[in-house]
Amino acid sequence: MSSASPCPDIIEVEHLSRIFRIGDMQVVGLADVSLRIARGDFVAIMGPSGSGKSTLMNILGCLDRPSSGVYRLDGVSVQGLSRDELAEIRNQKIGFVFQQFNLLARTSALENVGLPLLYAASPVADVDSRAMEALKAVGLAERADHHPNQLSGGQQQRVAIARALVNDPRIVLADEPTGALDSRTSVEIMAILQKLNREKGITTVMVTHEPDIAAYANRNVYFLDGKITRDERLPSPLDAAQELANFTKPAI
Amino acid sequence: MRSALTMLGIIIGVAAVIAMVAVGAGAESRIREQIASIGSNLIMVLSGSITSSGIRMGTGNAQTLTEEDARAILAECEAASLTAPAVRGGVQVVYGNNNWATQILGTTPEYLPIRDLSMQDGQAFTLADVEGATKVALLGKTVVDNLFYGEAPVGKIIRIKKVPFTVLGVLAPKGQSPTGQDQDDVILMPISTAKKKVIGTSQANAAAVGQILVQARDGRTAEVQTQMSGLLRQRHHLQANEDDDFTVRNMEEVFKAQETSARVMSLLLAAIASVSLVVGGIGIMNIMLVSVTERTKEIGLRQAVGAKTNDILSQFLVEAVTLSVAGGLVGIVLGIGASALISYFAKWSTEVSSGSVLMAFLFSALVGVFFGFYPARKAAYMDPIEALHYE
Repeated sequence: MSSASPCPDIIEVEHLSRIFRIGDMQVVGLADVSLRIARGDFVAIMGPSGSGKSTLMNILGCLDRPSSGVYRLDGVSVQGLSRDELAEIRNQKIGFVFQQFNLLARTSALENVGLPLLYAASPVADVDSRAMEALKAVGLAERADHHPNQLSGGQQQRVAIARALVNDPRIVLADEPTGALDSRTSVEIMAILQKLNREKGITTVMVTHEPDIAAYANRNVYFLDGKITRDERLPSPLDAAQELANFTKPAI
Repeated sequence: MRSALTMLGIIIGVAAVIAMVAVGAGAESRIREQIASIGSNLIMVLSGSITSSGIRMGTGNAQTLTEEDARAILAECEAASLTAPAVRGGVQVVYGNNNWATQILGTTPEYLPIRDLSMQDGQAFTLADVEGATKVALLGKTVVDNLFYGEAPVGKIIRIKKVPFTVLGVLAPKGQSPTGQDQDDVILMPISTAKKKVIGTSQANAAAVGQILVQARDGRTAEVQTQMSGLLRQRHHLQANEDDDFTVRNMEEVFKAQETSARVMSLLLAAIASVSLVVGGIGIMNIMLVSVTERTKEIGLRQAVGAKTNDILSQFLVEAVTLSVAGGLVGIVLGIGASALISYFAKWSTEVSSGSVLMAFLFSALVGVFFGFYPARKAAYMDPIEALHYE
């Protein structure tokens, strides 16, 4: 077993297939995909709709199980785990960021951020202080008591990022995190994701349609028809903080 | 608002159960009170049913019992503690310008403790009055109301069949008997007086009486019944093939049957009311299913951040139980209020027992678990990917 020695790659996907059955039809979501992602990397996954990138993200996020092939997350093979075991892995190792933010409407930002801690296997004593720390990391500490409808789209997405961080996950999976945001706010969000990736070393995998958002990642993987068509490392990714500074300059 | 409407089913169900059980319990205790008003451990022996020339006469047609029979029962049946012979007759009674048709009852002083009667005013007649056949009378409340119109009756003279009687006392009111008769529409007097001055004596036997009331020692009514039957048959020289010439009525048995039917009635009412609890439960299930569908995305998110099957299940179960228990509590308050209103407006006695309140509360919680389980399970086993992308 290779998992005996610590593997440098946090995500190991080998010959992964996912086939959906819709009635009598078989639809291929992923066809024999192999992919390795190193610890601390920032990967953007690109491709048109139906290319299989969302299917891959669902499997990487332990929300779905492959039809065949091997997926090891942090050295642990995910095959054959039960519903509840998968839920525990999601809780402990993975942070999710969604396009639609998916915040609970009737709860405050702080409570939204603390939500994953409520489901932790071992009871967490200081839920509120840890949630507050995560909110500080995304610069929203002063909005802790606000409800989602009192926050802008960008602020809501930052709350969602704080929620993804609160459990100290190994990886953050972001499914079109800027899809519902304007370009300036998108760059703000990218700045936060880049900062967390660089400062905390959190592996980040992001699905996006937009090439200019993908340009902030270190590595771009292109999907088409359930297969990887292109996999390239960016020699010099854009720096979102710097871009943000450029944004503000003309305004002044 | 929606939760309030959902709870309405449970509220109505619980309130109905409590009110119905209260009405039933009230009816039961009223019957019990009426039995007590007749006198406890009471057995009545009625004269009658002699067969003459093959024709059987009904009960009371012949006065086959005598005052000696009453004394003999007391002497020979060790399970009997008191006996009182009694004769009855309908009379017109006059006081001043007023008159009233009522029943007189000639008896001995033992009649009062046997029937659990007490004096409201004045005093009872004594054995001396019976021996001397003095013209004294004790009036029931109804008689007093219809003759005296607020005047104090004690010491006044009334006339029964033109014979003047001194009112010695007034009986404490007893109300209706279990059979619906007014127990206060009566005049008591010494048995000797009644026979000599009012009803007249039987030509065949001056000591004949219409009935004998017997009080059994605690709970030994059945024993008294058998001992007495044997004694009376012997005293009346009845052959083994002859029918009894008297009828024994154990009043307690008669009214126990009524009590049982009241209990059956209250159970039936509670059963009907609990149907509405079930209907309320279905309402909860309905609203929980709607809630689960509406919150599909939230469920998906909770699953994504690590909620296990049981976490989701218990979240929705707690919600359903909270709804039903809150409804149950409101229903308990309403049920108690409804019982009070029923007894106020319908003049039925109602009794809210803590047992029925507890039962209704537990039942409503159970309804919540039972009808909340299916929606909660549906939520817990959702596919997280579908739930997340549900719009």
